[in-house]
Amino acid sequence: MSEYNAMELMICVAARMFEDGASVSVGTGVPCAAAALAQKLYAPNLLIMFEVGGVAPLLPSMPISIGDSNTVYKAIQTVSMPKIMEMNQRGLVDYAFLGGAQIDMYGNINSTVIGNHDKPKVRFPGSGGANDFASFAWRSVILAPHSARRFTNDIDYITTPGYLTGPGAREEAGLPANTGPYKVITNLAVMGFDEKTKRMKLESVHPGVTVDDVIKNTGFELIIEEPIGKTEPPTEEELKILREEVDPFRVVISRSAE
Amino acid sequence: MESVGKLYGFYDPDEMRAIFKKRTKKMVNKTTTLKDAVSKYLKDGDYIAAGNSAIERTPVAALMELIRQVRKNDLKHLKYGAIGGSPLPSVLAFMSGCFEECDISYGMALEALGISKMARRCFETGKVKVTEWSNGTLAWRVKAAAMGLSFIPARSILGTDTFKYSAAKEIKCPFTGKTYAAIPAVYPDIVFIHVHAADKYGNSFIKGTTLVDVELAEASKTVIVTTERLVPTEFFRDDPLRTTIPFYLVDAVVEVPYGAHPGGMPYEYHMDVDFLKNMLKAAQNEDTYEKFIKKYILDCENFEDFLQLTGGLEKMRKLRQKVLHIDAE
Repeated sequence: MSEYNAMELMICVAARMFEDGASVSVGTGVPCAAAALAQKLYAPNLLIMFEVGGVAPLLPSMPISIGDSNTVYKAIQTVSMPKIMEMNQRGLVDYAFLGGAQIDMYGNINSTVIGNHDKPKVRFPGSGGANDFASFAWRSVILAPHSARRFTNDIDYITTPGYLTGPGAREEAGLPANTGPYKVITNLAVMGFDEKTKRMKLESVHPGVTVDDVIKNTGFELIIEEPIGKTEPPTEEELKILREEVDPFRVVISRSAE
Repeated sequence: MESVGKLYGFYDPDEMRAIFKKRTKKMVNKTTTLKDAVSKYLKDGDYIAAGNSAIERTPVAALMELIRQVRKNDLKHLKYGAIGGSPLPSVLAFMSGCFEECDISYGMALEALGISKMARRCFETGKVKVTEWSNGTLAWRVKAAAMGLSFIPARSILGTDTFKYSAAKEIKCPFTGKTYAAIPAVYPDIVFIHVHAADKYGNSFIKGTTLVDVELAEASKTVIVTTERLVPTEFFRDDPLRTTIPFYLVDAVVEVPYGAHPGGMPYEYHMDVDFLKNMLKAAQNEDTYEKFIKKYILDCENFEDFLQLTGGLEKMRKLRQKVLHIDAE
């Protein structure tokens, strides 16, 4: 078994989720690497699009910006941001990826402020396309480093909707039906959401990680039902393609996942 | 849910019809200099937007001239619309200290390259007042204006604080009874757009993604285009699909080769990652940042001066090879 880092593991786990022929809105970083890896190994017909307007590019390496030249390299189509967002609103987009500074047990995400909105302790860049993607994609996937500070119910601001206050809340607010967070992939574990309560639920722990580690690093009560699975480590093939073809300049895989 | 954000750049559509009625529809020569274009149109209290494709195709040359004139003439109460995410334009805008209020969906960071501390501080000190949106809803504000309307319905931001701190309102769809967010139109006073090619009348060609630039040209009271190169009108008459933005929307045309540098220009030149990293580094504290602004913006007479400072034609030649995936070393 070859050595790998937490970032590589997260990318490989995310890449295995896609079925062939699915569509995905991606940003830069892990989501982009996961989509590119999936396209090379598991889902050759994965339709990749960037919110700036790049559709179905042949990614030569990892982009730094959601609008940079790599995102339109040999693209089939270059469109506008309203067009991409309207495609999402029409229900044409299966997967979206999200990250954030705070995430609560319903998968609601804060990427705007810590503290008071008008004079915050810390200001982050804001929603970007995250709110739209999480509102519209059939399945949204959260990727984030695992810590009790990040996974907390004391969320200062909901930038992006998860299941809001619980079952039925999204529909009541007016969000499209049958959408919402699907998986949460961290450096420690993979989590899903309980069908009935819409609360975050532990699915599998990564190699070398215990259920206790996950509990200690989660600020709210996770639903834990035995048996808990073990995450499959990256395969030799996944690592080879990831390192040699997807991210040859190590733009993403050399970053810390903690 | 009720929203509490301040509504910027909003007009009754009939008021805007009266303004748009006065637009010249004549094909007249609109070429000018950035200095003249900015001084002719920019005034206190204006709502400014910048076209872009994230860190690409940003009207850097125009924004630098804007920063020079705002600082020199001490213009007040300017508002910035960080439309289309706007990473590079918003970093330049907020770090410069020129703006007091803004609409924002994403700002103050250059994506994977990192956050600008000085831009971030504008918000943490409460110096810049902010109304929140998502990329989709802020883009649709422009689309509503481009359609000549006062709002457009949308199904995102509902149920979140992004809605609460926006200036949207909840409405019921008269057909389905569903709750929608009514996204109010935004009509910017001035938009700067950098394009691949334009003729002297303002017909403009963008290659690649257009982000929100076409809608911004349709919605804004004044449209200032900077172009990599001037081309004859036959370029458009031979293939009208090339007309991304037509002459009748454009007020001024300025030929500025490399006008998006140190951001990239799709199919033309790559972003200058080293320079952008240095810019973020300079933005770590006020002293180094003021020095940076002085050296690269305020003390430059024009954009050519800035280009010389960052490496001139030799640098641009390398960035061009990079975007074309040519390894000539």
